[in-house]
Amino acid sequence: MTEIFGIPLQALLGQLLLGLVNGSFYAMLSLGLAVIFGLLNVINFAHGALYMMGAFAAWMGLSYFGLSYWVMLIVGPLMVGLFGIVIERSMLRWLYKLDHLYGLLLTFGVTLLVEGVFRSFYGVSGQPYSVPEALAGATNLGFMILPNYRAFVVAAAVVVCFATWFVIEKTKLGAYLRAGTENPKLVEAFGINVPMMVTLTFGFGVALAALAGVLAAPVIQVSPLMGSNLIIVVFAVVVIGGMGSILGSIVTGLGLGVIEGLTRVFYPEASSTVVFVIMAIVLMIRPAGLFGKEK
Amino acid sequence: MSTPALEISHLHAWYGESHILHDLSLSVQPGEVVTLLGRNGAGRTSTLRAIMGLTGRRSGSIKVNGIESISLPTYQIAHLGIGYCPEERGIFASLSAEENLLLPPLVSKTDKGMSVAEIYDMFPNLAERRHSQGTRLSGGEQQMLAVGRILRTGAKLLLLDEISEGLAPVIVQALARMITTLKAKGYTIVMVEQNFRFAAPLADRFYVIEHGQVALAFGAAELEANMPVLNNLLGV
Repeated sequence: MTEIFGIPLQALLGQLLLGLVNGSFYAMLSLGLAVIFGLLNVINFAHGALYMMGAFAAWMGLSYFGLSYWVMLIVGPLMVGLFGIVIERSMLRWLYKLDHLYGLLLTFGVTLLVEGVFRSFYGVSGQPYSVPEALAGATNLGFMILPNYRAFVVAAAVVVCFATWFVIEKTKLGAYLRAGTENPKLVEAFGINVPMMVTLTFGFGVALAALAGVLAAPVIQVSPLMGSNLIIVVFAVVVIGGMGSILGSIVTGLGLGVIEGLTRVFYPEASSTVVFVIMAIVLMIRPAGLFGKEK
Repeated sequence: MSTPALEISHLHAWYGESHILHDLSLSVQPGEVVTLLGRNGAGRTSTLRAIMGLTGRRSGSIKVNGIESISLPTYQIAHLGIGYCPEERGIFASLSAEENLLLPPLVSKTDKGMSVAEIYDMFPNLAERRHSQGTRLSGGEQQMLAVGRILRTGAKLLLLDEISEGLAPVIVQALARMITTLKAKGYTIVMVEQNFRFAAPLADRFYVIEHGQVALAFGAAELEANMPVLNNLLGV
């Protein structure tokens, strides 16, 4: 068996793939956070809870209504996105004129509420959700066994992230969004319905979190706490990438997933802290983040 | 008499607690070029911002082509056919010059507005720099861009805030030629100007704003006669 630095190649590649899968979730979540922060100036602490709701949507769809994974892959994000829109319309929009902290506090409250409700119904032990049939099993690539579903997760995340990047950076709609991020009042004075744009952007960011949740359901146990476990790392990813940078959040998310995976192979003790060590170093060298612009 | 393009009556406006416009009334006929004169802080910029709904609370009446706009949200006010060029120009750094130019949507159902080619004809510099980041343009180019982008929208009522401010004489002349061209095409223009020599030959009428009210109004023909009063009011 081939070995690299004394580690079997098979194990190394396995961890690399696991890192990429985690990185996919980091990328999708931090991308949504970046888009929301850019236009709304709100640090959406509820992002983890909304990701959890996405996973639960998939699980509930199957166990209560017999709706397949593929149906919930579309319906889940739509429903959770709608829930986000209700939150934006009814609560968040009253806070835009205030400091960031108020948005953070409100969304933190929403997190506690949502997690509390799910906990009281489902407890903290996870619900199993099996891989959809079409993607069950693994493919032997010769040098490694590739689980089909994990490959699908990474591919789907990369496609969704780059499609989002493309829309924001290269289209007219994205130009409105970028301009609105800089000077929403002037964009509105040009005749664009900015309040509507803000609502839809929040809904989109939330739907992205929920989509990550549906993708995650077959990989990890669906549990009310899955969001809070992830969101702290995701915030670290956002800080490392630079708040508000679209490409930064995608690249940093995937990159840190891989670094975490490799750390798990070479020095497992540090695997859960490596992201924070990197964050500390980046903050010392480039306080605005790797891709952030100095203000 | 035709419906005024802009008719403001008894307008009050506030920024938070501070009362900035006090019972301001003025009207602008279609095709007129009107200049708002006054000292810094007298309320000229606030008047334009209040028309767009960019101040805080407002009361009174602002009719655009006869349509009451005082209770409309900002984006709907724009769709009454208004193009607004703010004092700080508002060029977006995250957009290229051309993206800046193409950003404002059409605000008129009947007017097509100028084509991009016409705007590039008027301001050839912009064509050369179309792929540059918006804020990398020189001050003059940014001003041309800020004005050019609202000409594309089909807006026939233009609110121009200090467009000649801090620019080289050759660019100020180009902007003056542009105003003359627009006037000939039937645009209605409300300008806030500090540069009296720029505004004087272009405007049909003048309003002097003082303490958030109209202190004096006169036509171009009476300019000479009003100079002593103006010197006093503006401190020029």
